[in-house]
Amino acid sequence: MLDPRDIERRIAAALPGAEVEVVDTTGTGDHFSARVVSPAFEGKTMVEQHQMVYAPLRDQIASGALHALALKTYTPEQWARVGGSK
Amino acid sequence: MNEELRKRIDEMVKGHRVVLFMKGSPFMPMCGFSASIVDTLKAAGATDVAAYDVLKDPEIRQGIKEYANWPTIPQLYVDGKFIGGCDIVREMHERGELAPLVAPAK
Repeated sequence: MLDPRDIERRIAAALPGAEVEVVDTTGTGDHFSARVVSPAFEGKTMVEQHQMVYAPLRDQIASGALHALALKTYTPEQWARVGGSK
Repeated sequence: MNEELRKRIDEMVKGHRVVLFMKGSPFMPMCGFSASIVDTLKAAGATDVAAYDVLKDPEIRQGIKEYANWPTIPQLYVDGKFIGGCDIVREMHERGELAPLVAPAK
């Protein structure tokens, strides 16, 4: 069983300056949804952006502790455009 | 990953224009994410998809994750190139980018 705050910390540590929000979607501690806004995504493909978020979670995903992470990644500019606010 | 396995995956990925690695089959997906990507592909008009069930082959199930540096299943490939998993494929469909990519060659 994983804590969404722990997942947030791991992602934030790997992507300094990122705004990270993780939600436990099923209440079972293994299915999560994450929104990550980071300037490090600038100029990267969506695949590369997701790979950057997955990287610090590799062990949790491999062990099955983290079964699913629905991901939305944005550069700060894209996030501003979809109407998000801090 | 050993060379033999990489070569095997390479042949699967490049053996067909649209290739899907999933859990279960398109007719009976064994995971919600695999079911979702099958639905998205159908909605985008993909009629010619080579689908491989990774649950039937543990070696491929592990190997494909290393192959694409992508930790989860499903995985979609078009023209030998890794396109993404469930979320990316859905987003591409919402933007209208998926249909032209996966439509059968004329």
